Amino acid sequence: MAALTQRLLNPARELGRYSLLLYHAATSLTEFGTYRQNLVTQMVRIGIDSLPIVSLAAAFSGAVTTVQTAYQLTSPFIPKTIIGSIVAPSMILELGVVVTGFILAGRVGARIAAELGTMRVSEQIDALEAMGLNSVAYLVMPRVLAGMIMFPVLYVAACFVGIGGGILTAQVGGYLSSGEFIQGARDFFTPFSAYFGLIKSVTFGFIITSIACYKGYYTQGGAEGVGKSTTQAAVMSCVFILFADLLLATLLL
Amino acid sequence: MIKIENLYKSFADKPVLKGVSLEIYDRDTMVVIGRSGSGKSVLLKHLIGLLQPDRGRILVDGIDINKAKYRELRQLRKDFGVLFQGGALFDSMDSFDNVAFPLRTFGTISEDGIKKRVHECLDLVNLPDVGDKRPSELSGGMQKRVALARAISLEPRYILYDEPTSGLDPETSNTIDELIRRLDQQLNVTSIVITHDMHSVLAIADRIAFIHEGEIRWTGTVDDLHNAEDEVLLAFVRANEYQIGDPSETADLS
Repeated sequence: MAALTQRLLNPARELGRYSLLLYHAATSLTEFGTYRQNLVTQMVRIGIDSLPIVSLAAAFSGAVTTVQTAYQLTSPFIPKTIIGSIVAPSMILELGVVVTGFILAGRVGARIAAELGTMRVSEQIDALEAMGLNSVAYLVMPRVLAGMIMFPVLYVAACFVGIGGGILTAQVGGYLSSGEFIQGARDFFTPFSAYFGLIKSVTFGFIITSIACYKGYYTQGGAEGVGKSTTQAAVMSCVFILFADLLLATLLL
Repeated sequence: MIKIENLYKSFADKPVLKGVSLEIYDRDTMVVIGRSGSGKSVLLKHLIGLLQPDRGRILVDGIDINKAKYRELRQLRKDFGVLFQGGALFDSMDSFDNVAFPLRTFGTISEDGIKKRVHECLDLVNLPDVGDKRPSELSGGMQKRVALARAISLEPRYILYDEPTSGLDPETSNTIDELIRRLDQQLNVTSIVITHDMHSVLAIADRIAFIHEGEIRWTGTVDDLHNAEDEVLLAFVRANEYQIGDPSETADLS
């Protein structure tokens, strides 16, 4: 019975600790001098270093969506430009941001959790605190901020590359010309789609980096603990991205 | 002066500290000894507020560190240098940057001044030529000495040592002991050393506190230890001699 109670209370305890870490991080926002240099480093690691893999995934997403849409449109009464009208909004509203989110959850989330987890179990975080440094301001703040700043940049890049991949595939595959594709994309484009994607990208950036920081910062139990934190950070980020995606779509669309 | 009053701490309902009281005088080297799991390292982490007690208080120069606000606590921590059990060097930096880190973060001196101070600290721990080496390129003993150089870089008033000789061979342990003794004399600091190595105790201690099952069971000087009659303490000391393997190398405590 006691074990069952503990099991039921664990999510509440985790939520409480996560909230406290975020509160601590928010109150550290004013200590810009502590995290300024780390912020730039993290923006490069999270943003610039992720650009190749995000671009690759986005290009293939755009290309595959184009091929599949063309495959399903068999009726001669539907204009070919509709392919562009489907692929471009799909990238802007959903694929660009979710594909980027999943890639960053694996690439960035796992790295942050492993890095902070190793620092925790080797007492490096204790060493920072013992020196009188605010370890949350120094380690957590720059990572979360960098995630929220760089995810939208990656999202925009993913949309351009994804749509570009779609155009290239349409042209090479002989489905429609690039002009027809762009015309179709323009017909159904609404600026709100882009705003919605940007809102989602900032939210996903926050989810991935804050969960990874939380899991890494509170790692326990040596190398095994680091492995566990890393896996949990990646898996939980993906799950919460899906929930946030649904919630934001329900609230904003 | 550090005063620990009636300190209690439990983890998941398992009591670790059960009413620990201890006074550490200025410029003293207090060595806390006890078996593994007796609560020594937990006690050390309480001294700088890395752990919060369930009950009791710790006064550092009259300031209750558990009632201090986070900013005040961080200010207070700058008076402490801590040598962690594994060194806790930042593995993303080389030795020079590790020692320079507190100076760059909190100091007001120029980069030239920082360079000079880092070399002074590395000289003090007899490692003048390892500045460009990463922690992974150093032996365990060298890592601890670089970590000690980092701990003293801001000229702390208190130095805390968590098992400074654990995992080291006897010769390197002696080097660390000599270093602790020399730094105590040269820097005029108050030192608190957590260890279960009786060689270290006899080499460096001004005063000794024996912690057993979460309580301070005995305190005294090295001379007092020779005349101690506490059976649990004597059993601990004898067990340590047995582990060392050559009783003639240790002081006669019988």
